Amino acid sequence: MRSPSSSLVPLLFLSSIFISVFASEQLQQPFQFGEMSAPMYTLPPLPYAYNALEPHISAQIMELHHSKHHQTYITNLNAALKAQAEAVHTSDITTQVSLQQAIRFNAGGHINHSLFWQNLCPAKSADAMSSSAPQLVKQIKATWGDEEKFRDAFKASLLGIQGSGWGWLVKIEGGKEPRLVIATTKDQDPVVGKGEVPIFGVDMWEHAYYLQYLNGKAAYVENIWNVINWKTAEERYLGSQADAFKILKASL
Amino acid sequence: MSAILRTSALRSALRASAPTVSTRAGLAGTTFVRGKATLPDLPYDYGALEPAISGKIMELHHSKHHQTYVTSFNNASEQLADARQREDIQAQIVLQPLINFHGGGHINHTLFWENLAPTSQGGGEPPKGALSKAINDSYGSLDAFKEKFNAALAGIQGSGWAWLVQDTQTESVQIKTYANQDPVVGQFRPILGIDAWEHAYYLQYQNRKAEYFKAVWDVVNWKAAEKRFK
Repeated sequence: MRSPSSSLVPLLFLSSIFISVFASEQLQQPFQFGEMSAPMYTLPPLPYAYNALEPHISAQIMELHHSKHHQTYITNLNAALKAQAEAVHTSDITTQVSLQQAIRFNAGGHINHSLFWQNLCPAKSADAMSSSAPQLVKQIKATWGDEEKFRDAFKASLLGIQGSGWGWLVKIEGGKEPRLVIATTKDQDPVVGKGEVPIFGVDMWEHAYYLQYLNGKAAYVENIWNVINWKTAEERYLGSQADAFKILKASL
Repeated sequence: MSAILRTSALRSALRASAPTVSTRAGLAGTTFVRGKATLPDLPYDYGALEPAISGKIMELHHSKHHQTYVTSFNNASEQLADARQREDIQAQIVLQPLINFHGGGHINHTLFWENLAPTSQGGGEPPKGALSKAINDSYGSLDAFKEKFNAALAGIQGSGWAWLVQDTQTESVQIKTYANQDPVVGQFRPILGIDAWEHAYYLQYQNRKAEYFKAVWDVVNWKAAEKRFK
């Protein structure tokens, strides 16, 4: 889908077989240095079935979104990291700089989607009730007055995004008390700033809703609240940034 | 305002069932009634670009997405006029991104409908004359140009457009991509635009956007592009 893309997959696959067979003879090759020093990310499994979020998000959307879109970010991220490792090895600084945007975009896509799958759950699950996040809800009420006002502010932020992007509830650490903010990000920019802990995110790319909601994105933004995983949100709220990003280590 | 938009949508619906050949060029199709932007009629049926672009995509894209840009642009313009009258500079600045986004959406889609055409109305027929020469001068051949253009489309990270533009300083042509609904203004003149927002292809092509980029050339109206080229 995105730039260099899927043709790299079989190549990487073949070369890894090649390495496992001939590893002892090939270790000194620069090509292998690049390949072996770059991490390879894999698609994290969804913590529920593709149809588990229906009727709020259709199984068709979930399957394409997870198995195609998220996979493509990972494929392109791995290719960019491999190219970067080679550029580091050959001290090619111009190539390293030129790879930055591809790494930011595709790593952002991987980070955002990994967090997103975890912060959703089936509507009938107890985790989908905000009562599963007592501490977080207390802070939401302290910040926005009540849950309804918070949801309205979050929805307005989501609908104000011009183009592709995400809306996040973010905990900001560093002051006397951690505080909560609603943040929108463009394209696949991730929430990774110092002291920022993403609590939950909503994907506002059209591929996240279009097959079901078409141009009616307000209905998607309304229905998504039925499948927010408040238990995960509470854990992220009480945890650190590193805790929130554990899933990324697990997909290496 | 709503009466004007209703009338415009009605005209559009009528026109859509009785296709006519577009002879418009440039931004002639961006219509303004009493200072309000209105949805321009499509110069062909919603289903006329099949199989490259499905009728359902065209109908939603024109009657819903484009309409929303028109409506939101008019709202923002009205607020801007009020802010000017009140000499409220902060409010005027706050409205700038909305004018750019919704005004850009209106301009981009208006140009896009014009630079597409069913094959029965010349869609896909290669450019001629000065534009053909300019493309060959810059890219070697039409096929080489399309390949570069499709690579530019595929490289857009998020929503946006790719355009063949003419540099008003040097008169040469080049490919440029624009984020979201940023319109081609200033130094560059829009010649041919392709919408790379997911709503432009997702119902038919889903994540296989490269297939959309390949197919869309079958319905590119190079005659409209030639009229924009100076």
